[in-house]
Amino acid sequence: MTAELDWGESLLPGRVVVDDRVAPNGPWSGVVRAGQVLTIVDVGGNQSADCLIYNAGDTAERYSVPDTITWQGNAYVRTGTVLRSNEGRPLMTVVANEIDRQDTIGGACSKESNTLRYGHHVMFQHGCRENFLAEAIRRGLGLTDLVSNLNWFMNVPVERDGALGIVDGMSAPGKRVALRADMDVLVIVSNCPQMNNPCNDFNPTPLRMLVVEPEG
Amino acid sequence: MTIRSCNTPPRDAHLTDSVVNARSDARAQGGQTSEWMPYLPASSSPFCPPGTDPSSLTWAETVAPGGYTHKVLARGSRLRFDDPGGDACAHVVMFNALEPVERLNVADTQKIPWQAYLGVDHPLLSGDGRVLATITADTSGQHDAFCGTTTDAWNLRKYGDARPEGPAPSGRAQFLKAAAKHGLTRRDLPPSVSFFQGVRVAADGTLVWQGSTGAGTYVELVAELPLLILVANVAHPLDPRPGYTVGPLRVHAWRGRATAAGDERFGATPELMRAYLNTIDYAEARGL
Repeated sequence: MTAELDWGESLLPGRVVVDDRVAPNGPWSGVVRAGQVLTIVDVGGNQSADCLIYNAGDTAERYSVPDTITWQGNAYVRTGTVLRSNEGRPLMTVVANEIDRQDTIGGACSKESNTLRYGHHVMFQHGCRENFLAEAIRRGLGLTDLVSNLNWFMNVPVERDGALGIVDGMSAPGKRVALRADMDVLVIVSNCPQMNNPCNDFNPTPLRMLVVEPEG
Repeated sequence: MTIRSCNTPPRDAHLTDSVVNARSDARAQGGQTSEWMPYLPASSSPFCPPGTDPSSLTWAETVAPGGYTHKVLARGSRLRFDDPGGDACAHVVMFNALEPVERLNVADTQKIPWQAYLGVDHPLLSGDGRVLATITADTSGQHDAFCGTTTDAWNLRKYGDARPEGPAPSGRAQFLKAAAKHGLTRRDLPPSVSFFQGVRVAADGTLVWQGSTGAGTYVELVAELPLLILVANVAHPLDPRPGYTVGPLRVHAWRGRATAAGDERFGATPELMRAYLNTIDYAEARGL
């Protein structure tokens, strides 16, 4: 792999409390305390970071695509989007964002859905649902805790006739998004391993996860 | 159909001072009808869908505005929602009744057919690469797979009320009770879809309310697996009308067969064909 890598820095200033590098294709999870800011760095460019968020104190309350987009009246995620739970409450807020729009419609790839999209010959491949499940199990959660998710740095337009799909990304090496926790949250990320569509530009690359405690 | 009023009679109309009298009083209340009720046996439905043999009906019900219902349906069942007044909004989640951890996945339902708007031949997909149900008929054309249903927080903000006994219960609250009656909990409820009140997405992402096509439309589905289906008939979250506006919803189901190789929709697209292959593979292995 010769692609350019830009590991970036936190989008917002603060004392760094987490600084993790997520290998291509792998999972990550971490607790972000209320007020802390999580920056996700698209190190290699156009690398989908599939993301789920839970109320750390009550994980049955979790990220909800429909609540997030209905409350803001818009299907796309941008700076200012409040990421809401299945009970309509703010989990995190997008406080800074370096690409035009972020996706929350496209869902996660999986071994099972890959068979529908590409054929049964890809059933053996890894998928985001596998990453989510592995990390969820590690945190005491399970399959019922996996719901429709966010896809940082992925591009899913909805066309006039309702045609929808994953197309070439709008991100680039070093592009970032920053999320402020509005309550203590558990964040689970799958560094998407999909090799059959452009969500990773057919080239999975690393992510950097930075959590800062704002000072002052 | 003549609908007899079921207004509660005055206290003085009830003689309940002994068990015998209380029993007589209770039994005297049977045999009445109301605007919203299940019809048993289903074959007695006053609203049997045209062209359907009443003796094949397995579910017949009118769901009250703001109400909910739920049923376990055999694989192959035909399911029909009617919006008699133009104000119904059927919020739906469904599960594989045999393994409820397999359930509706709205993202896959939009992504895999490359189409965000629900219509004829659209599969309602689970997260396990299988078809839970397929839409087989649709005279409304106004549905929504984006906005999900309402929460108590939403209805409190919009209507100032979300009490279970109040005038504006939320879809999530109704789903949670329906789910609980099948042993399921908050963790088991995924995002839902809704029928009869449409939403479209503008170029900038704005969710644009379309509302209803009008009175008298229907949607039909076929159950591709044994289904647990939860239905909440509540006001759509984006309904711009200030009041909690929702009309009665009619539900019927009858015996039928699931999609099979040779059916036109089986091979309508490569994605659909492989989804049916996965579904039939599961059903065959389980002896369904």
